[in-house]
Amino acid sequence: MDNVVSTKQEIKMKSVDLQVFYQDFQALHGIDMDIKANHVTALIGPSGCGKSTFLRTLNRLNELIEGTTIKGQVYLDDQAIYSKEMDVVGLRKRVGMVFQKPSVFPMSVYENVAYGPRIHGIKNRGQLDEIVEKSLRAANLWEEMGGRLHTPAARMSGGQQQRLVIARVLAVDPEVILMDEPASALDPISTSKLEELIAELKRAYTIVIVTHNMQQAARVSDYTGFFLNGQLIEFNRTKELFVNPANQQTEDYITGRFG
Amino acid sequence: MQPISKNLHRRGESWIEKGLAFCAALFVIVIAIITIFIFARGLPILLKVGVADFLFNTDWRPTSNSFGIGTMLVGSLVVTTASLLWAVPLGIMTAIFMAEVAPPRASRWLGALVELLAGIPSVVYGFVGLVLIVPFIRNYLGGNGLSVLAGAIILGIMILPTIINISRDAIRAVPKEYKEGSLALGATHYQSIRRVILPAARSGIITAVVLGMGRAIGETMAVVMVTGNSPIIPAGVLSPVRTMTSNIVLEMGYAAGDHQAALFATGVVLFVFIVILNLVVNMSLKAGAANGRR
Repeated sequence: MDNVVSTKQEIKMKSVDLQVFYQDFQALHGIDMDIKANHVTALIGPSGCGKSTFLRTLNRLNELIEGTTIKGQVYLDDQAIYSKEMDVVGLRKRVGMVFQKPSVFPMSVYENVAYGPRIHGIKNRGQLDEIVEKSLRAANLWEEMGGRLHTPAARMSGGQQQRLVIARVLAVDPEVILMDEPASALDPISTSKLEELIAELKRAYTIVIVTHNMQQAARVSDYTGFFLNGQLIEFNRTKELFVNPANQQTEDYITGRFG
Repeated sequence: MQPISKNLHRRGESWIEKGLAFCAALFVIVIAIITIFIFARGLPILLKVGVADFLFNTDWRPTSNSFGIGTMLVGSLVVTTASLLWAVPLGIMTAIFMAEVAPPRASRWLGALVELLAGIPSVVYGFVGLVLIVPFIRNYLGGNGLSVLAGAIILGIMILPTIINISRDAIRAVPKEYKEGSLALGATHYQSIRRVILPAARSGIITAVVLGMGRAIGETMAVVMVTGNSPIIPAGVLSPVRTMTSNIVLEMGYAAGDHQAALFATGVVLFVFIVILNLVVNMSLKAGAANGRR
């Protein structure tokens, strides 16, 4: 495996012996993973394998579920995110998230994008306008929506809504973007637009994406982790993992023998 | 054998459907009869006196042919508004607490208490008001205690369950993606509630307030018991007051002729009020749906 760290700053996030329990059920068993800066890391595996759970530990969104306990550690740069000193609000600003179902808020396109900057204290209209335009451009949405900033976001198509959610995340200027099956509710054209966008975004951001679609993982990602029953079975460069899997279970999964 | 038993089954099925349709029709007929009856008895005098005169004239001397319910109309509005003034904020805050903040167990307990509050007969509320609130007002705030304030306190308590239940359900019905989406942007729980969850639940919360208002306007027994019922426009919160519903129940026993008809006309006014409130609720729910919530 050549995912060995060459220089330290290349690693944006890192999980060390990460274990997650829901009540008595252990959802993750000691996950060690390095997430490289400015690369796309895909997490694949059958339903219930723990890939979404792992994703949600990276911005501590798992804590919303009653009865969750977490052991081990996750680092963002060199900062331990499961520590008393960690400011969860600040963490989530740095590690943004896009969900499976486009979660546009019931307000206008403009207000959706301006929501994050506003809660972080930006009130100046000109500055907000600038952030909104920049974020919509970065999410490849300015051409389509630039003239309709004040229409309700709920009227947009599913694909546009998902890109709006990404624009909303970009507006708070994160470092890492987590995506939980972002294309599973989209049609093929919207999906390919989203994948193009992901390829552009990795120049400026570190991206971790959970996907059920193995072709998608192969297309968009640089690194892939295969999860099964709460364990990280294999983690490698995407090309390596798909062409020449080291583990029999990985091979069975990617060749469609189960899952 | 097979087709016959199938046929029998189908015939039974169709009888059940007819029975259900009959029950629904009966319900519609009952409502229609009530509506027609109230209007038939109340509308003639309302038109004879003139709608504006009936509503806004404050001279109510039914035995000498002067029918103006202005005093009682003001009384109903004052008591209702005063009760909403404190019950709406308290109810919505409680709903937010139950839906968003309280641990599930505590929320269930609170929910059971709210149901209990909703099930207490209004005469019991009136009685509690009479022996607790009225003397308290008399001793500490002045007047004889039977007052707008006493009515507003009792009515507020009575409409709290409506406001709490409907607002809580509206808040719980907000997709969890909104909350997670907001938290994932680095918003605090409170910011998410105020800026995303409450706006998304707005139509449901408006419904809660309007239905609470409808309940407050229509409530009679408890109000009769604690407000003193003097047919004068109240000078302040410690003055006694008479509402439209109180007026009907107090005078129905001895009213006859035009006087009785004028009480029915008061019923027409209340009826129209409730219809308007229901229309507002429907509009607010539709507006909510059009904005793509739910």
